[in-house]
Amino acid sequence: MARKPLQFHLNGSEKAVFVEDGQNLLDVLRRGVGDLTPKYGCGQGACGTCTVLIDGEPHLSCLTLAETVEGRQITTTAGLAQGADLHPLQKAFMDNFAAQCGYCTPGMLLAAKALLDRNPNPSREDVVEAISGNICRCTGYEPIIDAILEAAKSRGFRQFG
Amino acid sequence: MIEFRKDYFADERDDDLNEIGKPTQRQDALGHVTGRSPYFDDHLFDGLLHIRCVRSPHHHARVRRVDISEAERMPGVVRIVLGKDVPHNLNTLLSLLDFGLDDEPLISDKKVSYKGEPVAAVIAESERQARDAVAKVRVDWEELPAVLDVEDAIKPGAPVVNEVYPGNRFVYHGKYDHQKLRFGDVEAAFAKADRVIEGRYQMSPIEQAPTETCGAIAAPETNDRYVVYTSTQALFFSLDTTSKLLKVPSNRLHFIGGTVGGGFGGKVDSLHEPMAVLGTMLTGRPCKYTFDRAEEMQVGAPRGAERWYLKDGVMNDGRIVARKFIGYFDSGAYTRLSSYAIIKGVGHLPGPYTIPNVYADVYCVFTNRTPATAMRGFGITGVDFAIESHMDKIAHELGIDPIEFRIINAYRDGDMKAHRRLAKNTALIECCHVAAEKAGWSLSPAARQASSLRDGGGARAEIPHTVTDEHGRVEGYTAGSYAQKKRPGGSRPQGTSGPAGPVAAQRDSIAVTPSASSPSFDAPPRPAPQPAASSPPRPAAVSQPERPAEQRRVTRFSSISGLRRR
Amino acid sequence: MPVKVESFDSLDGAARALSAARSARFLGGGTLLMRAVNDGDQSFDTLVRAVDPASRQVRSEGDGVTIGAGVTMAEVVAHRDLSFLAPVARVVGGPAVRNMATVGGNLFASSPYGDFTAALLALGARLELVGQGGRGIEIDEFLRDRERYVGSIVRTISVPRPRDPGAFRFAKVSRIKPKGIALLTIAAYLPQSAGRIRGARVAYSSMGPRPLRATAVERALDGQYLDAATIEQAAAVACDGIEPHTDGLASAWYRREVAAVHLKRLLTGERR
Ligand SMILES: Cc1cc2nc3c(=O)[nH]c(=O)nc-3n(C[C@H](O)[C@H](O)[C@H](O)COP(=O)(O)OP(=O)(O)OC[C@H]3O[C@@H](n4cnc5c(N)ncnc54)[C@H](O)[C@@H]3O)c2cc1C
Ligand code: FES
Ligand code: FES
Repeated sequence: MARKPLQFHLNGSEKAVFVEDGQNLLDVLRRGVGDLTPKYGCGQGACGTCTVLIDGEPHLSCLTLAETVEGRQITTTAGLAQGADLHPLQKAFMDNFAAQCGYCTPGMLLAAKALLDRNPNPSREDVVEAISGNICRCTGYEPIIDAILEAAKSRGFRQFG
Repeated sequence: MIEFRKDYFADERDDDLNEIGKPTQRQDALGHVTGRSPYFDDHLFDGLLHIRCVRSPHHHARVRRVDISEAERMPGVVRIVLGKDVPHNLNTLLSLLDFGLDDEPLISDKKVSYKGEPVAAVIAESERQARDAVAKVRVDWEELPAVLDVEDAIKPGAPVVNEVYPGNRFVYHGKYDHQKLRFGDVEAAFAKADRVIEGRYQMSPIEQAPTETCGAIAAPETNDRYVVYTSTQALFFSLDTTSKLLKVPSNRLHFIGGTVGGGFGGKVDSLHEPMAVLGTMLTGRPCKYTFDRAEEMQVGAPRGAERWYLKDGVMNDGRIVARKFIGYFDSGAYTRLSSYAIIKGVGHLPGPYTIPNVYADVYCVFTNRTPATAMRGFGITGVDFAIESHMDKIAHELGIDPIEFRIINAYRDGDMKAHRRLAKNTALIECCHVAAEKAGWSLSPAARQASSLRDGGGARAEIPHTVTDEHGRVEGYTAGSYAQKKRPGGSRPQGTSGPAGPVAAQRDSIAVTPSASSPSFDAPPRPAPQPAASSPPRPAAVSQPERPAEQRRVTRFSSISGLRRR
Repeated sequence: MPVKVESFDSLDGAARALSAARSARFLGGGTLLMRAVNDGDQSFDTLVRAVDPASRQVRSEGDGVTIGAGVTMAEVVAHRDLSFLAPVARVVGGPAVRNMATVGGNLFASSPYGDFTAALLALGARLELVGQGGRGIEIDEFLRDRERYVGSIVRTISVPRPRDPGAFRFAKVSRIKPKGIALLTIAAYLPQSAGRIRGARVAYSSMGPRPLRATAVERALDGQYLDAATIEQAAAVACDGIEPHTDGLASAWYRREVAAVHLKRLLTGERR
């Protein structure tokens, strides 16, 4: 099987891996790099639990051909906290009980981060739109929306970026 | 928002709770928000192999031949597993609870009875290679007529879905082709009722659709054990099932679970763990077996379909005097948990109401649909939907307010329930009060003054004269016991692969054993002679004095486990 | 056969590779193609891709805009010159899908997808294929025989810009909001002169295997004032000559029942 070298930045640090032809980014992140925070829910683009940010914008890693991210900046949930300090979104998700089984949480957090980075004062509708590609089967969306709105209001958000 | 209505039943509890009523952080929350909670697939193994199944495109078909010659030569293929490779290729989940006959293979080799049933499993170096090889397995199918409706499935001459139960009906207690409930005499009560109101209700299958699909990874561990990371919701079910199917003593299986990406009942079927461990046994390497999303939806067991016929005898003043159920659970092709769901469902009848004459025949029916399993409200949701829809229908037809209609018939402390236990800790009336209040729904003073603590018991505590019958009697089955070590007339399993100890042998004991003669089903039901119906005692107009203190101080919990008193 | 990936710097190079390989597919944003790869689709074994900046350009020319086939839905939403198409691109999938899904890929999407293509069909777009000069082909012709074009690459899509922005209307009907898949999409271009509709083009998506035109509706509208009577007449023929299909989202019967209702709402300008 053909293998190709691939380099990209993951949460600020450089990664170099070999990818198999046709391998998707989710698989490369999880098995190739060992970042297990993006999750597999469908491999079909339908659930959003594999969401990662590529150059700051949300993408579905299960539908991203790995070799197309050469040289790009990838952010996963593993890159949200700064040391022991949780990202305000992570804290708000805890405070608002926005994670029940937690499987959708990494994707939700990144979809939310992409929104807040662009629009620090989102309306409830903006939040709904931003997470519309992410399915949660347990928690119910209300606590998740509340958490994102609360994170936007929290003072720490802007410094954190 | 949670609201505690501590004004209700205040004298029954010491209000000294420290945790209840206050939010407490989940112990797994930090793991969740940092993406560090370890789901089964979050364990990396070097040299991990991937298992994918060859699945039936038909609802019902005989497997004439499985040709793996081309697939075996595909790149990356390590092994192709067939039914004959499974040490004990027949199981029913509930054999572990002493309930039901082994009826389902892990990998079918003779016949498939639902679309998506596996007939072979490919183990390959990568998932893609496994998929490519699956596409190269040639199966010679002989398609059989399929039956997809519960009532069609029990008609004479219907295709036999599940050979272990040739009538397409699960056998209860070694005796009947359905689960019975008899309390009083419904037919006599119908004859005396002002109105008899019937209804038909049904619920389609519902997929739990957990965000994480079902799966397991097995790997060789030191000490001749296998470690298994699994998404199971029922760790010991999965462990024991694996032990039984693979004839491996359970102390060689090290199961790690607990972090589940949503289950809702759909992760108890233990299909993945035995396959993953079998793969590891056969290849000596770590193996992962997981559903993709399409499999989760098509092959993963849903909450089964149900169909209910309800017939109520009611008086014009709103009292229900008789209620009859004929219910059909669609178990799909195999038993899994449907038989047990019915035990729970029947234990729940006739709903939270005191009705002096109750009758139920509930059938666990095999059809060529995906086998059904648990989902929250297991066994109860479908029939509750039927009951409450029927309550609304009756209230409407009698011209009674639907909430008041429920209060009139609500069970109260001290009433006899249809399964012959006294009702205690009842609170339906109070729930109705709160629901009406929240909805801004006005209730009559009488309804508002009703209480679960008053007017129950007395004549309502009596067990009525009950008419019984033998219809649905099945011959050729005997009820067994899990505790029993020797199977009557059966031989001990032999030829264990690997050092299967006595534990595995014991696992082979089964609960209900068909005798040598093939099971037979009897003629349609005959109505039994009818003695006078017991008439429903009205709630006393005047409330009774306070009950003695020792009766009051009871914890407001009660067990409803259907299997407790078998 | 694991999938092979071949990358090229230009669309022309990719087109040559495509025409040489029989079981190769051109990769756009991958939202459909990577699904097939993940599913182990055995109908192709090669992905051909091009890293050609030209395919992601948007150029305004005269009364039209030329969109590179590699432009994503998110880029359509953000582009100044494409504001008339922004409401269409905004309802394709969720934000992540829009960052990936391309205009070119949408042309090949089967029902229930193809919302953007329905809009292109109503607006009378033209496609330019790599390796084919001239004025390109009309989108109607392309859709009529879409399978023929699977081995070729669309370079650009040229869309006439509606002179009166109000003349272009679009509605996607889905059960889940905001990102549900369409059970029916309607795009209508209704240019008027002297108060009467001239040259109406009405297109549906998810009313058949691919986007199609509602010609009976167009005939009912053409030459008429857009008044209550005309709208009634158009709604009455909403499904004439159309055979909607049954899928997991809706039955053919349901689609037929509601198509007229949604068409009417679109034409009266009622927002739902
Ligand atoms: C979760 C989800 C939701 C979706 N929701 C919608 C929706 O609401 N509405 C909708 O319309 N679609 C939707 N889609 C479908 C899909 O995302 C879009 O149709 C998208 O526009 C397809 O473009 P792509 O670039 O991703 O195509 P690809 O997957 O890259 O390609 C699809 C097909 O088009 C061909 N192709 C791509 N580009 C070219 C080109 N330039 N020339 C020739 N052939 C080409 C490919 O060879 C392939 O056969 C959804 C998909 C997902 C996964
Ligand atoms: S796994 Fe990528 S969207 Fe579901
Ligand atoms: S918390 Fe379980 S899927 Fe969202």
